[in-house]
Amino acid sequence: MNQAPKTREPLFHLVKRDVTKKWIPWAIRAGAVVAAFILLGLMSLISLGVNPFKVYKYMFEGAFGDSFRVMRLLRDLAILLLFALAVTPAFKMKFWNIGAEGQVLMGGFACMICMFYLGGKVNDVLLIFISLAASVLMGAIWAGIPALFKAKWNTNETLFTLMMNYVAIQIILYTIKIWAPGGTGTLTPSAYGNLPAIGGEHFWFSIIVALVMTAVMFVYLRYTKHGYEINVVGESENTARYIGINVRKVVIRTLLLSGLICGLTGFLLVAGIDHTVSSTTAGGRGFTAILVSWLAKFNPIAMIFTSLLVVFLSKGMDEVMTQVGVTNSFFSQVVTGITFLMIIGCEFFINYRVVFRHRKNDEAAPAAPIPEAAADTAAPAPTTEEVPIPSETTQANAAEEE
Amino acid sequence: MKKIITIIMALALVAAVAIGLVACGNSFEDGEPVDIPALDVQEVRSYEGLTVPADFKIGMICLHDETSTYDANFINAVKAAVKALGMADNQLILKTGIDEKAVCYTTAVELVNQGCDVIFADSFGHEDYMIQAARDYRNVQFCHATGTKAHTTGLANYHNAFASIYEGRYLAGIAAGMKLNEMNKDKADGEKNYKMGYVGAYTYAEVISGYTSFYLGAKSVCPQVTMAVQFTGSWYDVAAEKEAAENLIKNEKCALISQHADSMGSPSACEAAGVPNVSYNGSTIEACPSTFIVSSRIDWTPYVKYIIAQTVEGKAIATDYTGSLKDGSVALTAVNGGVMAEGTIDAIVEARAKLAAGTLKVFDTSKFTVNGAALTTYLADVDDLGDYVGETEVVSGGAFEESKFRSAPYFDLAIDGITRLNAAY
Repeated sequence: MNQAPKTREPLFHLVKRDVTKKWIPWAIRAGAVVAAFILLGLMSLISLGVNPFKVYKYMFEGAFGDSFRVMRLLRDLAILLLFALAVTPAFKMKFWNIGAEGQVLMGGFACMICMFYLGGKVNDVLLIFISLAASVLMGAIWAGIPALFKAKWNTNETLFTLMMNYVAIQIILYTIKIWAPGGTGTLTPSAYGNLPAIGGEHFWFSIIVALVMTAVMFVYLRYTKHGYEINVVGESENTARYIGINVRKVVIRTLLLSGLICGLTGFLLVAGIDHTVSSTTAGGRGFTAILVSWLAKFNPIAMIFTSLLVVFLSKGMDEVMTQVGVTNSFFSQVVTGITFLMIIGCEFFINYRVVFRHRKNDEAAPAAPIPEAAADTAAPAPTTEEVPIPSETTQANAAEEE
Repeated sequence: MKKIITIIMALALVAAVAIGLVACGNSFEDGEPVDIPALDVQEVRSYEGLTVPADFKIGMICLHDETSTYDANFINAVKAAVKALGMADNQLILKTGIDEKAVCYTTAVELVNQGCDVIFADSFGHEDYMIQAARDYRNVQFCHATGTKAHTTGLANYHNAFASIYEGRYLAGIAAGMKLNEMNKDKADGEKNYKMGYVGAYTYAEVISGYTSFYLGAKSVCPQVTMAVQFTGSWYDVAAEKEAAENLIKNEKCALISQHADSMGSPSACEAAGVPNVSYNGSTIEACPSTFIVSSRIDWTPYVKYIIAQTVEGKAIATDYTGSLKDGSVALTAVNGGVMAEGTIDAIVEARAKLAAGTLKVFDTSKFTVNGAALTTYLADVDDLGDYVGETEVVSGGAFEESKFRSAPYFDLAIDGITRLNAAY
C-alpha cells in the first residue's frame, strides 16, 4: 500500500463506456457534427474573413438553394449511397473491399462498350437492357476475382481490390485511346442507349434505384439467412465453420453481390448521367463510400443520412468557394477533411470516456490514495477497464458492437 | 599539391564565370523581366458608351483551379474583362474544378438558374455538355474555348473561340533559336548542340500545331535546329511533366526545353538542371529566374469583353472567333533579361510586325517538309464529326491555312526535323 502514492496518476485516463443508454452514442455523434460545423465556421472566419453565418447560409443554398440544386443533391446522394450499399455486405463480413471504384468503372465501361458498338444497330430499349446485363456482369466479375483468390488461396483482399482499381483505370484509358485517336483522352457522349428521363427529369432514375436498393439491402442483411451468414462469418470464421457455414461460398457470394451493385451503379453513371466513360467516372466515390458505410455502422437506412452529410458538405463548400470568390480548392479540402476527422473521431468517445485526475484531492491529500483509482486498480469492475490509448482497436470495437 | 590544384581549379571556375557573364553581353540580371514593346492593338470592337446592366451576369466554368497555369490564365482574363467593363465582382460567377463530364452540364444549368446571361467554359472536353446546355437554354449564350463543333451544330447560342497562338509560339521559337545560337557560338564543331526538347500533353492537333510553330520559329533563326517531343497523356501532371523534361535533358541531350502542359513540372525541372526554358500560358520567371526565357500566351480578355458586350447589346457572337496578335489575344510575356540572347527583342518585334501584316506566314510550305517533300495539299478533319477523316483542303497560297476554317487548330502533320518519342491520346 505504501507504493500507491508514489505512482503519479496521469492528467486523464480513458475508461471504457458501459453500453447502457442507447441515446448516448447518437447524442455524441450529433454533438460531433455540430462541433464540426462550428469549427468550419471559425476556420472560414479566420482564413477567409467571412462571417460564419454567411458560410452556413451559402452552404445551405449550395445544397438546397433551388429545385434544380435539390434534385442534383438527391441524385448525387443516390449515387454515393449505391456505392456505399455495394461495399457494405463485404465489410460486414470483414472482407475489406476497397475496390468499389474499379468495380463501378468496369461496370460503366461494359455499358459504354455496348453503347459504342451496338448504338444505332439495335433497338434502343433492347440496348439499355443489354448494357445493364453487361454492366452488372462485369462489376460482379471484377469483384469476384479477388473473392475467388481470397477463398482459394487466402490472398490479401485489401491489396488485391485496390490494385484492381488501377487495372480498371488503365483499361479504360487504353480503350479511349483506341476509340478516340487524335483526341485528348475524352470520349464524346453516346447518343444511344441513354436512360429515359422520367417526368422530364434526368435525375429520378438513380434516386428510385437507390431507394429500392437501400430497402432490399436492409432486408437482406437483417432478415435473411444470407444476411445472418454474413454476420457470423464477419464475427468469427471458426464459429461459422463450426455451425456448418461454407465460408468460401459465403465470401464469393457476398462479393459477387457487391460487384453486382457496383456494376449497376456504373450502368447508372454511364447510361443515365454521363453517357460516356472516363477514368474519373467513379470520381473517388468508391473510397468515400467506405466512410459513408462505416459512419452508418453498416446500416443501410443510416447510410442515407451519412451520404447526405458527405454530399451536403461537398455541394455546400463548392458554393461557399464560389460566393467568396476563392478559385482554388485547398481550403474546402482542408475543411472537409477536418470535419470528417471530427465525426470519425467521435466514435472513440462513444466507446471510451475520459476521466480527469482530481487535482484538488491530489494536492490536499497527496498521501491518501484516490478512492476511484484505487478501486480501479484493486478490483476492476467487469464493465470497465483501463485502456492505454487504443488506436486501431476503436474501429474494431465499433464494428463488434453492431 | 592537392591544395595547389584546388586553388587553380577555383580560379579557373571564377574565370569561367566571369567570361560567361561578359559573353552574355547584356546588362540585365537573371530574373529581370524586360518588356517587349507593345504592338498597336486594335480591339475587335469599341466598348465606348457601353454600360453593362447591374443584373447582367457572366458565368465561367474551369476544368481545374488557379493552381493550373492554363485555368489561371482564363480566370485572370475574365476578371480583367469584368473590371475593364466596369462590372461589379458579383456579376461574375466562377466555378472551378469542373470535370469534363455531366457535371459540366449541371454546373451550366446552375449558372443559368443563378441568372447568367453568358456562360464560358475553358476546356476541350466540356464541349458536348455545353452544347447540351445550349440546346436546353436557347436564350443564354454559351461560349467555349478550344472547341471544334460550333460550326457544325447550327445552334445560334453556341460559340467556339481560340486564338492564332501558333503566331505567339513562332515568336517564342525565335527567342529559343537565338538562345541556341548563343549557346553554340563559342563551341567547337563537335560539341555544338542544336537539339530542343518539347513536353506535350496529348498527340492532339492543338499541341502539334503549337510545337510545330515553335519549332519553325526557332528554325527561322537557327536552321540546324532539331526537336524531340515527349507526350505525357495529361493536361496537368506535375510528375509526368517533370519526368519528361528530365528525360529530354539527360537522355535526349536537349539544350533547351519548351512545353505545352499546364503544371510547373517542366519549368522547375529545367531550373533544377540549369537548362533554358520557353514557357506557355504565363511567365514562370519568379520560380525559374535563371532559366525562363519567355512565354507565349493567349490573352482571353479581348474575347471575354467581346462576348459580354455583344450579349448586352443583343448582337450575335461569332460562331468561331479566332483571336490574333492584332486584337491583343496573342501575347508574349516579358522576356528574362539575364537569360535571353542578345537581340532577341528586336528579332521578335520585327517578325511580329510581319506576322500582323500578313507578309509572314508561320506554316509557309516553303519553310518545312513532310517526309522529305514539300506540302502541296492536305485534307484536315475540320468538321470533327468523330470519323477522324479529313475533308477540307487547307493548303493554299503557299501556306497551311491554320485556324481559317474553324478557330481551333487542325495542323496535325509530322514535319521533318521533329521526332516524336511517344504518342498519347
